[in-house]
Amino acid sequence: MITFLQTYGMQLLLKTWQHLYISAFSLALGIIVAVPLGILLTRVKSIANVVMAIASMLQTIPAMALLALMIPFFGIGAIPAIIALFIYSLLPILRNTYLGMEDVNPALIDAAKGMGMTGWQSIIKVEVPMAAPVIMAGIRLSATYVIAWAALASYIGAGGLGDFIFNGLNLYRTDLILGGSIPVIILALIVDWLLGKLEAVVTPKTSHA
Amino acid sequence: MEHLNKTYPGGKVAVEDFNMEIEKGEFVCFIGTSGSGKTTTMRMINRMLSQTSGTIKLNGEDISKMDAVKLRRQIGYVIQNIGLMPHLTIRDNITLVPKLLKWPQDKMNERAKEMIKLVELPEDYLDRYPSELSGGQQQRIGVVRALAANQDLVLMDEPFGALDPITREALQDLVKDLQERLGKTFVFVTHDMDEALKLATRIVIMDGGKIMQVDTPDGILRHPANEFVENLIGKDRLIQARPSITTVGQVMLKNPIATTPGKSLTDALRLMHDKRVDSLLVTDEAGILKGMIGIEDVDYNFNSATSVDDIMNRDIFYVQSNSLIRDTVERILKRGFKNIPVVDDQHRLVGIVTRATLVDIVYDALWGDEEEDEESNNIHHVDETPATEVDQTGAEGGDQQ
Repeated sequence: MITFLQTYGMQLLLKTWQHLYISAFSLALGIIVAVPLGILLTRVKSIANVVMAIASMLQTIPAMALLALMIPFFGIGAIPAIIALFIYSLLPILRNTYLGMEDVNPALIDAAKGMGMTGWQSIIKVEVPMAAPVIMAGIRLSATYVIAWAALASYIGAGGLGDFIFNGLNLYRTDLILGGSIPVIILALIVDWLLGKLEAVVTPKTSHA
Repeated sequence: MEHLNKTYPGGKVAVEDFNMEIEKGEFVCFIGTSGSGKTTTMRMINRMLSQTSGTIKLNGEDISKMDAVKLRRQIGYVIQNIGLMPHLTIRDNITLVPKLLKWPQDKMNERAKEMIKLVELPEDYLDRYPSELSGGQQQRIGVVRALAANQDLVLMDEPFGALDPITREALQDLVKDLQERLGKTFVFVTHDMDEALKLATRIVIMDGGKIMQVDTPDGILRHPANEFVENLIGKDRLIQARPSITTVGQVMLKNPIATTPGKSLTDALRLMHDKRVDSLLVTDEAGILKGMIGIEDVDYNFNSATSVDDIMNRDIFYVQSNSLIRDTVERILKRGFKNIPVVDDQHRLVGIVTRATLVDIVYDALWGDEEEDEESNNIHHVDETPATEVDQTGAEGGDQQ
């Protein structure tokens, strides 16, 4: 363990950083696209089913295949990996945003409108705060997926902790495999914990208790 | 406020040819069964729904030409499910519309305090969240939220439907009181006839999108327009309501036995004897009520006084013939008078209410259902009951009929 850290310590830090960077970028993109899209779908329900079906379909493409598919379009490196992972992060966020928004008590929306809120004010001040816990749950789920699958990104030369794992697999070196996997697990747990904290912050208070 | 023809066919006709004008300060209740179009009509007023044809005018201005958002900010809105924002404090909930209207912060704070005082809740509730209040308290906040931005018109959609009867009654009193004190106009949707009768200055009865009847609560109880209205009111209520809408004039005994001040005591005594009564009402030549004499007075003063004028009791209790039984019965019963003269607007004696008449009223209120056929014979009915045991004077008045 000590010797492993002495040998690979610096590399481990670098790869962890790369891993985190790829994951964070993908997730951020996913949030930026999926949350507004999910909100939009609650306004234009007619296309909701179609969009959801497309997102589900993208989710079913095997991760390896999707990464490989990126190469003809974006070459190799971090960018195709980020794009592939972004596609994966979409569905959980999109679905939870849509469901969370749909689930907001219609009486509240009616009251908001009846009191003279514009559609936009109703979304920002009422619906999104109410749907926040559900949306956050989707984001946490996506974050865990993305961090786990980012390990595969090494396959198309994106770097990250996947490098250790693939090297270990090629060289039959258990220490390398574990040295890559364990940080991925720890990373996923930490990020999930942090997002959990964030969820508590964005979840609106409804009592003092 | 002016309402014109609004029709609303949408595949299914929800509201058909609705015409109504609501005056400022009125409390109008829309009542009807589910699907009668009452909520639809109400929601068209603040453009939560848009009408298919027809126009609605607010202060003479066609609302369809106004900005919907601005319109809604000047109309209070209270819904059944309370609709308080659970993630906002009571203060923020109350000042929600003022905030949309961009009031300055200190004015909003002041307003919040003012409003919470209006519904008799402690000021520290302002910093609580809705879930920390009871259902009744929440709806109180819902009501003042609709008033916080000085809205002149308040729409309420079955606001108290989900509350227990005691809380509901307290809130009804509150709303009625606010309406009377602040002079706001209310449009109130309900399916509870008791609620409508209690609150409304005018009731609109709807069925199948059509207006069945528009009238005051008394008017509706007195003259239900058709069978539907009668059923909606319910037979029990119609009977119970009878004392509340019947006037004294309708139940009094007409042709009371009266004399004039100039008559001698001998004449008066003879008249009493002939008519078998123990007291006489005294009127002048024009029929104006002057006083009353009883047999005790005659007996006591027979030797010292000569005319009715000398001994009659001038300070007597009387009622107006057009006042409601509801308002008078209790007063009569409490004071323990045997006979109450009834006068018209010009103070002319027109009849008498005796304790036997009261028996009749109470009897009718309790068993009126079975006596409906005999309703027209009310007066004779008095004679048939052993009224003389209750009262030895007034019942005989009926003999003159």
